[in-house]
Amino acid sequence: MSQPAALCPNCGAPILFHWSSSVQTTCPHCKSILIRKDVNLEKVGVVSDLPPDSSPIQIGTSGTYENRAFTVGGRIIYDYDDGSWNEWHIMLNPGGSAWLSDAQSQYAVTFSAQAAPLPALASIHIGDRFTWNKTGFVVTVITEARYRGVEGELPFQYWDKQGATFVDLRSTGGDFATLDYSDSEPVLYTGKMVDFDALRLKNLRAFEGWS
Amino acid sequence: MSPAAPPQVQSLTCPNCGASLTVRSMGRAITIVCGHCHSILDAKDPQLRILQRFDAATAAEPPAIPLGSRGKWRGADYEVIGFQVRSMEADGIPYSWREYLLFNPYKGFRYFTEYNGHWNDCSVATALPEAQGISVKYLGKTYKHFQTYTATTTFVLGEFPWRVTVDDAVAVTDYVAPPYLLSSEMSGSETTWTLGEYINGADIWNAFGLPGAAPTPLGVYENQPSRMRASASQIWFVFAGLATAVFVIFTLSQLFSGREEVFREAYSFSPSSTEASFVTPEFELKGRTSSVEVQTDADVTNRWIYLNYALIDEDTGQAYDFGREVSYYTGVDSDGGWQEGSQRDRVVLPSIPPGHYYLRIEPESDASLGIIGYNVTVTRDVPVLGLYLAAIAALLLPALLVSWRVYNFEQMRWAESDHPLVSTGGGE
Repeated sequence: MSQPAALCPNCGAPILFHWSSSVQTTCPHCKSILIRKDVNLEKVGVVSDLPPDSSPIQIGTSGTYENRAFTVGGRIIYDYDDGSWNEWHIMLNPGGSAWLSDAQSQYAVTFSAQAAPLPALASIHIGDRFTWNKTGFVVTVITEARYRGVEGELPFQYWDKQGATFVDLRSTGGDFATLDYSDSEPVLYTGKMVDFDALRLKNLRAFEGWS
Repeated sequence: MSPAAPPQVQSLTCPNCGASLTVRSMGRAITIVCGHCHSILDAKDPQLRILQRFDAATAAEPPAIPLGSRGKWRGADYEVIGFQVRSMEADGIPYSWREYLLFNPYKGFRYFTEYNGHWNDCSVATALPEAQGISVKYLGKTYKHFQTYTATTTFVLGEFPWRVTVDDAVAVTDYVAPPYLLSSEMSGSETTWTLGEYINGADIWNAFGLPGAAPTPLGVYENQPSRMRASASQIWFVFAGLATAVFVIFTLSQLFSGREEVFREAYSFSPSSTEASFVTPEFELKGRTSSVEVQTDADVTNRWIYLNYALIDEDTGQAYDFGREVSYYTGVDSDGGWQEGSQRDRVVLPSIPPGHYYLRIEPESDASLGIIGYNVTVTRDVPVLGLYLAAIAALLLPALLVSWRVYNFEQMRWAESDHPLVSTGGGE
């Protein structure tokens, strides 16, 4: 399943892509951020030291969401005033990808969703209601976040970012949605809040003294 | 699993007093409180900026579950990493409760709350509750509004994955569906929903290996399940079953009862007569021991007659004495016609053995009422309704008792709420 190895243009370490649609990855050796250009890799930046991590998930963790197996391929890390969280990029079997977010051990799986028109950030307030794809959502949190770093494979180019605002929404049935205002056009992700045990995660990080 | 990460218990030093700080939540702490000098520190700041210092003497009670305690809870290990005391005021009286923050690096956070020995196991709600009038609906269950109040933090210890300082105040609303408790906490424009479940202190003592026994809870807590409530529905179920059985037996005994007339005779009584009493001819009660009905039909209209009866066993001489009054009055007054009493009287002697019997009858009346004719009929083996009613009443008693206790429990629960049930004192 792994794609043929290429070499890191910075340090020469072999770079493997586990997912054919990955656009970006990081060199596990020198932390260079690498962009796929046809068969070549181009270094666009380097990841500064990541903050001490508390997530039990890591690249290579596998699990199950709604009867589909997935493997964690990469992540984006965000910081905000009250902590940090990870958006883990998960690659699903048989194909497609989604995001598993871990914010203070509250887990949600979301998929990129199409709905139009999406509201402008300035017009959104906590408590506002939206219905996308027949699910009614209520805005619960608006977070001013800072891009903190990336690791592993991502489905799009994502580096050199500064701030990003996220609008989180919930439904009465346990649905979860995020509006991502990192770019000029908002992007909608919808999915579900998930229970840690229900994900049946394997190859988790080990924490000393905990099993 | 991959190789273990380096030891996760970081050692830091309090910038105020230099005491060493133990950090247990692996980079998730936002607030750390120095256990020595009670400085509240910003865990996000590498310098551990001091956010606040507070006087710990005001709430210096030690946590019942010490920080660092580990226990197995709902299938996973949890460690107590934070402790806070919060309080509210109702009718000018302050109430405090304690919250224990628990952490597992995989499953995250949950917390126990304790008030007067009542414990709740709380975690963040996964779906959004929706308002339904004064109640809310959460994942298909309706929660009744219990109370709305301001909760103020008065004491903190350990670490928290959120910002906390002493005197922080949030608007809390509690909704209950025992044993569950759904709370919303509003600070600024953000609302956080928490789902709690009522648990026994003894289970915590067990899980965390605490010394001694969990203190006995005082009073009734807002989401405390009524153990009586389950038994009440059970007991009513059993009552319905037994009452049906009694009814069926009664019906069958009606159908199959012998109703055997063993004696009938007409008499007349002249109040002026000197004869005080007389005996009837002998009659036989056959078969098994059974009930005996004595029926008196007297020609009394606006008159009365009193009959002293004795049913006497000729062989043993045993007498069953009883007196019956037969009276019937009728007339017309401003409200129209009225009547009172009956010309017929029935009495059942529940358990008379077979044998040869006779009645001794001693009638009384008023001389002015003239001659009164009456018939006496003796029937054996008649169904005794009263016994069945007594049986039903005996069955009803425990059911009523339990229901009464359930009612009292709910009274006590809601007395502490914004919506006390209407009771004897004062009213709304």
